[in-house]
Amino acid sequence: MSKAILYDATLCVNCKQCESACAQKNHLPYDDKVAAEPVQSDHKYTVVLARNDKYMRRLCQHCEEPACVSVCPVGALQKTALGPVTYDVSKCMGCRYCMAACAFAVPKYEWSKLNPKVQKCIMCPDRVAAGQPTACAEACPTGATKFGDRDALVAEAEERIRANPNQYVPHIYGLHEVGGSSVLLLSSIDFGEFGLPMNLPTDPLPQRTFEVLSKIPDFVPLWGLFLGGVWWITHRRDEVAEAEARVPRGGGQ
Amino acid sequence: MRFRLTFWKVVFVLIMIWGAYSTYVRFFHGLGAVSNMSDTFPWGIWIGFDVLCGVMLAAGGFCVTGAVHILNIKSLHSIVRPTVLTAFLGYILVCVGLMFDLGRPYNIWHPMVMYNPHSVMFEVGWCVMLYSTVLALEFSPIVLERFNLQKPLKVIKACLIPLVILGVILSTLHQSSLGTLYLIMPTKLHSFWYTPALPFFFFISAIAVGLSMTIFESSLSSRAFHRQLELPVIRELGRALLVVLTIYGLLRFEDLFRRGQLTKVITPGYEAYFLWLELALAVVIPVALLSRKKIRMSANGLYWTSVICLMGFITNRLNVSITGLEWWSGHHYIPKWTEYGITAAIIAMGFFVFAMAVKYLPIFPAEEGHAASPVVGGRHSLPDPQLVEEEVVHAGD
Repeated sequence: MSKAILYDATLCVNCKQCESACAQKNHLPYDDKVAAEPVQSDHKYTVVLARNDKYMRRLCQHCEEPACVSVCPVGALQKTALGPVTYDVSKCMGCRYCMAACAFAVPKYEWSKLNPKVQKCIMCPDRVAAGQPTACAEACPTGATKFGDRDALVAEAEERIRANPNQYVPHIYGLHEVGGSSVLLLSSIDFGEFGLPMNLPTDPLPQRTFEVLSKIPDFVPLWGLFLGGVWWITHRRDEVAEAEARVPRGGGQ
Repeated sequence: MRFRLTFWKVVFVLIMIWGAYSTYVRFFHGLGAVSNMSDTFPWGIWIGFDVLCGVMLAAGGFCVTGAVHILNIKSLHSIVRPTVLTAFLGYILVCVGLMFDLGRPYNIWHPMVMYNPHSVMFEVGWCVMLYSTVLALEFSPIVLERFNLQKPLKVIKACLIPLVILGVILSTLHQSSLGTLYLIMPTKLHSFWYTPALPFFFFISAIAVGLSMTIFESSLSSRAFHRQLELPVIRELGRALLVVLTIYGLLRFEDLFRRGQLTKVITPGYEAYFLWLELALAVVIPVALLSRKKIRMSANGLYWTSVICLMGFITNRLNVSITGLEWWSGHHYIPKWTEYGITAAIIAMGFFVFAMAVKYLPIFPAEEGHAASPVVGGRHSLPDPQLVEEEVVHAGD
C-alpha cells in the first residue's frame, strides 16, 4: 500500500513545527534565521510559505513516476514502493539532471561544497518503512500535515472539499499533476499564488523521453543494416566498374 | 628551432592563465564560487556550450567518414584525417568539460556499472564513451603510420567499415539524444524550442554543422599551415550544406507553424529576438548565400558562410539550454568570468593540440612538391576577384 502526505492549508497555523522536526530528523541546522528563509534550499527540505494569512507547505512532491528518478543516469534517485523518492549520494556523480528535470524545482544543490550532494525531502523512508508517520506529520499540532495510505487520504481530501466547498479551491494538488504524487495539497486560494507550477500536464513526464529511448533497440539494427546496405551498393558499383574495365565489353571468354 | 613569440602564442598563454585561475577556483572553492549556476539554473554554459556545442561541432567526424567510406564519395578522402582528428579532440574536450561541470567528477565512471536505461543521460554517456573509442581507433592509423607499426595498422584497416558504421550509429543516437535530454522539461523549456521533434532537429543540425565545420576547418588549416585549399572538396560540402539547411529550415518552419507558434514568433520579445538571431544565422543567411553560385564556388564565400552557419547553430544550442529556460527560472543567467575562463581554456587547448598533431603526425596528405615550403598567397587566402571569377567560370556546378 503506497503511503502519502496530505497537507491541508486551511488547518495550518504557520507554527513551523514541521520545518524544525524535518531539520532535526535530517541533521540540518535550524534556528530563527533558517526559519525566516522563505525557500527550499540545500539546508531546508520543507518550508511553510505565507501570503497574508494564507499558508502553503512546500516539500518534495514524491511523484508517482518521478522525472528525477527517470533521468538519473546512475540510479541514485529511487522511487520506493511505499512512496518516498530516496537519494543515494554514493552513486551520484553530480550531473544535476534531476534538478533540471524536476517540474517543481525541488532538488537543491550544495553549491558551496567541494563534494556537493543533491538535497531534498526524502519522506523519512526509514520511519515510513517502520510503519511510522514522517517526522513532519508527527510534529504537526493541528493535523494540517497528515500521513497515511494514499488512497484513504485522496478520499479524505475529496470528502473535505465536498463538505466545505466554500473553504477550498476545488483542486487536490498532486492528485493528477504529472501523473500524481505521494504529496497531496489542499488550499483555500489558488496554488499558483505560492509558486506551485499550474501548467503541468497530467501524463508522467518520463513518458516523453522514454518514447524516444524505447525506439533505440529497434533503430540500431535497422540503421546498421541500412548503412551496411548502402556501403555494399556503393562499393559493388566500383567492383563492377573494375571488372568491366578488365574484361573488354563484348570480349567474353 | 628557435622559439618565436607570436600574437597567437601570447593570446594562448593569457587564456591558459585565465583558465588555470578558474580551475583553481573550481576545485578549491566549488561550483558556487566559480560559476553563476544556481538552484534555479543548474546547467550553465559548461553544459550549454562545452557539451552541447562541443558534441555538435565534432559532428564532422561521422559526416565525413560516413560520406567517404559508406557513400563512397572519394573526393572527400583527403579531409578524412583532419576531420577525424577534430572530432576526436572535440570528444576529449567534452569529457574534460564534464570533469569541471560534474559535482563529483571522480564518479564519472559510475554509469559503466550503475544502469538506468530510462535515463537519456545514461544513454548519452554510453554513446559518447563508445564513440570516443571508435574515434580513437579511426584516428589510430595516423599514429601507427607515424611509428611504422604495420601489423596493428592492418588489423585496424580490416575493421574500418564496421567501425565507421558503428560510429555513424552511435553519432545518430547521441547527437539526437542531446535534444531528447530536454524533452523531460515540457513546462520549463520555452515553446519556441520545446517540440517532440527536438531529437530529430538536433540530429539534422548536427549534419549541417558537421559539413560547416569541415569547410571551416579546411579553410582555416589551409591558412594556418600554408596548405593548398581543397576547393573542389569544400564546394561539394557547400552544396550538401545548402540541401541540408533548406530541409532543416522548412522543417523548423513547419514545426513552429504546426504548434501554433508563428504569431508568437513574429511578436517582438526576449525569446523572439534570440529565435530570430538563431534562424537568421543558421538558416536564412547561409541559404541565401549558398543559393548564389558565385558564393558557393568561392573559397571565401564558403568560409564565411560556414562561420555564420556555425554561429547560428551555436546560438540554437544555447537557446535550448539557456535562453529557453530563463523565463521559467525567473531571472537571467549570465556566466561568471571564471566560467568563461574554463570554456576559453578548453577551446584554446583544442586549437593547440590540433596544431601540434598537424605538426608531428601525418594528418594532411603530402602535397606535390615540397610540403614544408609555405604556399604564399595560395588561392585560399583572400583570393583576388579575378581568380575567383575564373574559378566560377570554369567550375562545373
